[in-house]
Amino acid sequence: MNWDWSAVWDFMPRFGDGVLTTLQILALGSLISFSLGLVWALAFRAPSRFVRWPVNLITEFIRTTPLLVQLFFLFFVLPEWGVKFSALTTGILAIGLHYSTYTAQVYRAGIDAVPKGQWEAATALSLPAHRTWFAVILPQAVRRIAPALGNYVISMLKDTPLLAGISVLEMLQQSRLAGASTFQYTEPLTVVGVAFILIAYPASLFVRSLERRLVR
Amino acid sequence: MTAGLWQHWVLPGIWITLQLTVYSSALAAVVAFGVGLARTHRSRLVRFLAAAYTEIFRGTSALVLMFWLFFVLPPLAGWQLVPMWAAVLALGLSYGAYGAEIVRGALNSVAPAQREAGIALSLTPWQRLRLVLLPQAVPEMIPPFCNLLVELLKGTALVSLLGVGDVSFAAYLVRLATQDSAQIYSVTLVIYFVLAFAITRGMKALERRTKANLGVSTP
Repeated sequence: MNWDWSAVWDFMPRFGDGVLTTLQILALGSLISFSLGLVWALAFRAPSRFVRWPVNLITEFIRTTPLLVQLFFLFFVLPEWGVKFSALTTGILAIGLHYSTYTAQVYRAGIDAVPKGQWEAATALSLPAHRTWFAVILPQAVRRIAPALGNYVISMLKDTPLLAGISVLEMLQQSRLAGASTFQYTEPLTVVGVAFILIAYPASLFVRSLERRLVR
Repeated sequence: MTAGLWQHWVLPGIWITLQLTVYSSALAAVVAFGVGLARTHRSRLVRFLAAAYTEIFRGTSALVLMFWLFFVLPPLAGWQLVPMWAAVLALGLSYGAYGAEIVRGALNSVAPAQREAGIALSLTPWQRLRLVLLPQAVPEMIPPFCNLLVELLKGTALVSLLGVGDVSFAAYLVRLATQDSAQIYSVTLVIYFVLAFAITRGMKALERRTKANLGVSTP
């Protein structure tokens, strides 16, 4: 076994592209999961049970089935239905949809934790529904749940390599391609593994400091 | 889908998925208790090593770790793991790191007076752990362990990218054979959903049993 530094330098251009793609997936995936999660969370509180039940079932189903199989499902089935997306777009949609079911639970907990008096005060001031939500309840809820959402962004980062399964050129896929062309898998794969720790560990420290500051 | 596809690919695939889940959760449980207990150890060095373990294995992606064990370890160590065991090792080590945090949290949540009472009764550290701390900490661990077990079940799907013939891999083969993706992938998702449902139900029953042992009734 010998470690070859030149293989590490040769991998760097591909690695740079991979990091950018991974961060792009992460940014857009977070955006989708944060907004869609809020939609689910509001639907959990819908007055009609014909809304609540299907939404509960669908989110539970997406949450307890593997992201990888969902990726393949969207990647192979959407074209059969006549919807043609690139692998990257499909991957971002799948990861955003998958994580939206987690963030929905986080939003739900955050909304439930807002004291009842806040709702009563909003009623007493006869605020319209959208003002109650956007000016009273959500600002207080989001403050509490920001660290939990941050943790899911970190888990999402660690799930981005799954997109290699549908040939998205993120970090892992770049390292596989580099390995396939040079027959040196050791260096690229190790670089990618270390890169994940180097991104995830400071991020988790940041989330912990956020937790200390925001959650009281 | 024909009966042959079921018999030769999908059903053995389900069996492999179940085996993977059982083996890697056993390994993860051992790692979780070992590392979790080490994090409450007296010696600072032991605590530091255990913390480093959790940060490294929680920091990296399970799939990258799996590829690493599969492609990098053989030339590095001079021996090669069967794909199935590389997968079990990767899943067990990384989910064990998550479990270690659960064990640590549950041990810390036991009232300090309980530990002090154990010392006052001059129980040995091992007796204290076995008779006082763990019986109270274990029921606290079960709900987060249940979530982790479902995550692990979902994680087993990753092995299909290494060519282990689990149910996701079977789905891929069936898709190639029948050219009908929607059907087989819907069936696969439902299979995982049913397995996860069984796990949650089982863990609920376990939680009731362990809490009943403590004389606490679950709502």
